[in-house]
Amino acid sequence: MKEKRVTTILYGFVLVLIIIPILFPFIWMLMSSFKTQVDIISWPPKFIFKPVMQNYNRVFVEQNFLQYMQNSLIVSVVSVFFSLLLGLPAAYSIARYKQKKLSVFILVARLMPGISFLMPWYIVFSRLGLMDSYVALILSHMLIALPLVVWVMSPYFDSVPRELEEAAMVDGLTQQSAFLKILLPLSGPGVVTATTLSFIFSWNNFMFSQVLSQQNTRTLPIAVYNFLSYVEVDWGAVMAAAVTIMAPAIVLTMFFQKYVVKGLTMGAVKG
Amino acid sequence: MVRQGFFEKNLRYIFPLPAVLFVVVLMVFPVAYTFFLSFTDWTLTSGRPLSVVGLNSYLQVLKEPRFLEALGRTFYFTFGSVIVEMLLGTALALILNRSFKGKGVVKTLLLLPLVATPVAIGIVWNLFYDPTIGILNYVLSVLKLPQSGWVSDAKTVMPSLIIVDIWQWTPMITIIVLAGLAGLSSEPYESAMVDGANSRQVLFRITLPMLMPTILTAVILRAIDALKTYDIIYSMTGGGPGYASENLNVLAFKYSFEYFRMGQSAVMLVFLFIIVLLFSLLVMRLRRAFEL
Repeated sequence: MKEKRVTTILYGFVLVLIIIPILFPFIWMLMSSFKTQVDIISWPPKFIFKPVMQNYNRVFVEQNFLQYMQNSLIVSVVSVFFSLLLGLPAAYSIARYKQKKLSVFILVARLMPGISFLMPWYIVFSRLGLMDSYVALILSHMLIALPLVVWVMSPYFDSVPRELEEAAMVDGLTQQSAFLKILLPLSGPGVVTATTLSFIFSWNNFMFSQVLSQQNTRTLPIAVYNFLSYVEVDWGAVMAAAVTIMAPAIVLTMFFQKYVVKGLTMGAVKG
Repeated sequence: MVRQGFFEKNLRYIFPLPAVLFVVVLMVFPVAYTFFLSFTDWTLTSGRPLSVVGLNSYLQVLKEPRFLEALGRTFYFTFGSVIVEMLLGTALALILNRSFKGKGVVKTLLLLPLVATPVAIGIVWNLFYDPTIGILNYVLSVLKLPQSGWVSDAKTVMPSLIIVDIWQWTPMITIIVLAGLAGLSSEPYESAMVDGANSRQVLFRITLPMLMPTILTAVILRAIDALKTYDIIYSMTGGGPGYASENLNVLAFKYSFEYFRMGQSAVMLVFLFIIVLLFSLLVMRLRRAFEL
């Protein structure tokens, strides 16, 4: 009995050792976002300090982060929406008709280096006058989201018993309405997984937005990065910006923990 | 059964058609165009039209020390980070693979580095690494160890960047291996119990061999992403100090969007493309071999 208790305590200790390095950067970021510049550059580093709001004030009032947030939100939401619109039927078709080659074709977009499309996009989009437009950004982010939707959804559709659909078709539904009215509502969890993951990946995207967005459509990652180009880094404000950009993805993950795990482990683990 | 119209009969082609067209226009054409550009000499800002030069750009790029160094660094970064992530990630998964109070919370915490915006992560680590105010040098000084320049020193910049990658992506391996562990069948364990195997034998003879397909697929997928690493490096060092942390992706980005040397940039992209393609083929091979 006593031995078991010792093991439990030891195990708890090991868990803490694992958690601290994972969590520390987030905690330090959060703390620093409430510090004055003086507290941040003090040596030794301060763990106890008087929290201030000035950094957030700087980010939201002086730097217009609400605008960048809105840009990011527009690009992510619209690109995820269209990726679902294109990806769900494709995933269904791949699952039902075992279209292996088609699935590989779309998944290649997940594996290929984004920069090998970005350079030609830059040339074409500038010719078409689409630089700094939502259209260009949304199209580019769709190439991130679409393969994810297909990746997550085709095994999912595959796992739904075919009889359900066939029964609906015997009842007079066409195959496409059976897909829309029977299969899709049953696949809610899969759609949540695909939506959450592709939203997060689009929200975090740096390289595509860095090239394709300028003043009018600048997304959050670019705005955060631009903060660094000042002569003296205002660490507090930069950390407040970092907290701002990470918060939505982290909140989403906490809400949809199970789904995010499912999506991330898909492809490596069968099921 | 309802009578099948044109739409129903051709559903298998009509349903994926928009997605396929999208990928052709946004990926296949651009990649083909990049291949074409790799045979040209074209500097966007020069005002001169593009000229086809055959393999000339290839020769120039292959003679460029900056390219060769970036190529080597791409592999150094990938192997350096992925090998540690594999060992550490698997070890963590084995430790966490039992039921305990708060397991859900720990799993959620593991996800945080994976979903955090890389640019922001890079900035936070830059604050850690700062030679004068960074907490890491403070820790070193408390331990009476010599302080380091971290990302501001050409000698330590790559290991420092690899540490960030390890911090961010080890949990990915852990989560995948945990899922793999949950799916293992219990039969081999039962017979091992009957045979009186000790826990080390169980680990090395049963658990790890059965996990191998999962671990390998996870590692190669991770390696493919590591080969393309851009966000962390660009946001933390911009490829510097000097050129000391440029990998292929960062270098090609600079050639494209800072120097506008599209022909030579295209050559680098072709190399990166081929490397990633080879790794991708490896994944597919493995999946077939293990019948995943």
